[in-house]
Formats: sequence, C-alpha cells, structure tokens
Amino acid sequence: MTRPGDPTEQEWVDDHAGPVVRPYAVTGGRARPVTGTFDLISLVTATRNEVGSESGLGPEHVAIVGLCQRIQSVAEIAAHLDLPVGTVRVLLGDLAARSLVQVREPRATPAGLPDEHVFEAVINGLRAL
Amino acid sequence: MDYGRSERPAGAAPLPTAIKILIAGGFGVGKTTMVGAVSETRPLRTEEVLTETGIGIDDLSGVEEKSTTTVAMDFGRITISDDLVLYLFGTPGQDRFWFVWDELALGALGAVVLADTRRLADCFPSIDYFEGRGTPFVVAVNCFEGARTFRLDEVQAALDLDPGVPVVLCDARQRESAKEVLITLLEHAMKLREARRRAAGD
Ligand SMILES: Nc1nc2c(ncn2[C@@H]2O[C@H](COP(=O)(O)OP(=O)(O)OP(=O)(O)O)[C@@H](O)[C@H]2O)c(=O)[nH]1
Ligand SMILES: [Mg+2]
Repeated sequence: MTRPGDPTEQEWVDDHAGPVVRPYAVTGGRARPVTGTFDLISLVTATRNEVGSESGLGPEHVAIVGLCQRIQSVAEIAAHLDLPVGTVRVLLGDLAARSLVQVREPRATPAGLPDEHVFEAVINGLRAL
Repeated sequence: MDYGRSERPAGAAPLPTAIKILIAGGFGVGKTTMVGAVSETRPLRTEEVLTETGIGIDDLSGVEEKSTTTVAMDFGRITISDDLVLYLFGTPGQDRFWFVWDELALGALGAVVLADTRRLADCFPSIDYFEGRGTPFVVAVNCFEGARTFRLDEVQAALDLDPGVPVVLCDARQRESAKEVLITLLEHAMKLREARRRAAGD
C-alpha cells in the first residue's frame, strides 16, 4: 500500500489522475481513519505550531496542521484544502493518532435537541450580529 | 496563509462547541444565497465522494471499477461566542443522497425549508424528511419577483403543515431577513423541545 509521503505518490497525482483517484492517492488508498469518527462539524485544533518532515507525514497533513492553528471544523478543512471530506477524515485520523491535533466532537444529543441555554445563546448571538 | 506562530498555546482553552442548522428546499430556491447572507464569509463548499461498493476500498487496483458520485454541500460559519460556533449547511439535491441528509440532520438544532410559491411542490420532499425525523423546521417563503403573492395561511394549507409549524416570508439575499428566519426556527425548536420534555413526563 502506498503511504502518504512515499515517492510513488507522484504517480497518482499526475495529469492522468482523475478527481476520484487523487483523494485515494493522498490517503494511500485508505478509506477510513485509523482513529476517530470526525463529524462534519467536529472542531479541530493543532497541538503544535508546525510538524517537521521527520514525522513521515504528507504535505496534506502538514497543510492541516497549518490550517488548524486556528480552530476549524472538519468541513472547513475539507473546503480549504479542496479535498473530499472522507479524505480529510483519514488524514485527521493520522494526525490524531500522533496527538498532533485535538478534536472536539459535537455534543451528542440522544434526546434530539441540546439544552435550552444553547438555544438562548444562539438567539442572542444572532440578534447581536 | 500565515497564521502567527504563537497564536495557539497548546491546550490553553477548551475548544468551543459546534452546532448546526440546515437550509433545505428545492433546486435553485435560494439555499446557498441564504447561507451566504448570514455567514461570516462567503459560502464554502465541501464534497463527499460516495462509493457504491463498500468492499475492497483499501485496494488501489479496484479504484477504477467503482462507481462514485460526488455530493457537494455549501456551508457557512457564524461565531456566536468564544464557546459556541454555528454552522449553516445547505442540503444537497433532494430525492437522492438521503444518507448525506442523515449525516447532516444528526444533531442539528433544526432546519429551514425554503419555498418558492411558483413551485411549491419542490419543497415537499424536504418537509416529509424533517417531519419523518422529528427535526424542528420552519418554512420560509422566498420572495422572488414575479411570484404571485400567497397568504401565509394558504401556503400552510397547501403544504399540509402541522398548525404549529411557522411559515414566514423572507428574502434570502438579506442578512436581516435570514437572521429573522433563523431566530424564528430556534424559538420554534425551543418550544418543541419543551413540549417533548413535558410529554415525556418530567
Ligand atoms: N429575487 C430573488 N432572487 C433570489 C432570492 N434568493 C436567491 N435568489 C436567486 O436565485 C438563484 C438561485 O439561488 P441559490 O442560492 O443558488 O439557490 P440554491 O437553492 O442554493 O440552488 P441549488 O443549490 O442549485 O439547488 C440565484 O440567482 C439567486 O441570486 C430571493 O430572495 N429573491
Ligand atoms: Mg446551492
């Protein structure tokens, strides 16, 4: 299996690679993250200012750490890097496994809806916009 | 992009909570417009690549045989406070991609169903979906030029809505109007939440 950062990765990112192949190349063909579930609105922050090349990570991993110097949702990371969400989830799994990012999953709401104070805060926040 | 190196002291403050609201409705009804009108930045776009076959995904040699579909979602962000971030998601085309809707609807505070009175039936699938799921929603009639003006109770009846479901007029291009719609939704969702809590008997 091709790992991110492998020299062979180039083969998959050339002009012949379609939009479907490229995401697979970025993740080395993996479809699922090694750890974590990563909701679209899970919030991610980097735990370091940068990652060196020593870590064996690919350029997309490094780009995520750069982006996540500010808190970003999974959806925002995918949009800014122009990668499918599934690909970003795999990359985030790699980073989480190395403790390079911290992730906050959205509050689980088994009963369906969150606390009243969340609604009030959002209403007040919108009014103040 | 240059983010200050010292900007993020590791583990300093807890990460905020993220919440979301969905903006649904038929094709071209103004979903992306509404997301953009009220968000901090212009709408962002994210894609899910869906693979028809679930097996053999780890095998690169199988890639070209799989049939894949790309589903695009528009979204925007509104920072409510240091510990609360609201995301607005425009839902992708109705009738297909219901499992993407399921992912979007999970944990959502509620949904805005945009309607165009020139083709009211276009929003039926959205309404059916949120009714079926029990997701709080409001119907916002987007006022396009040249649309015959309906009374809101006519729209309510035509859509066969539960009398408790708010129906409001809006202009999806206007920030204030979009804000009002969202506030109406949140107030409605709060009421529903309270009613359900009481019905559950505590
Ligand atoms: N007159 C008028 N035009 C609007 C309004 N809202 C949106 N439009 C226009 O309608 C067109 C479609 O709006 P979009 O926001 O792209 O609609 P959408 O629901 O995201 O469309 P799809 O994602 O393609 O289904 C655009 O040209 C908008 O400028 C409105 O309130 N009034
Ligand atoms: Mg759109």
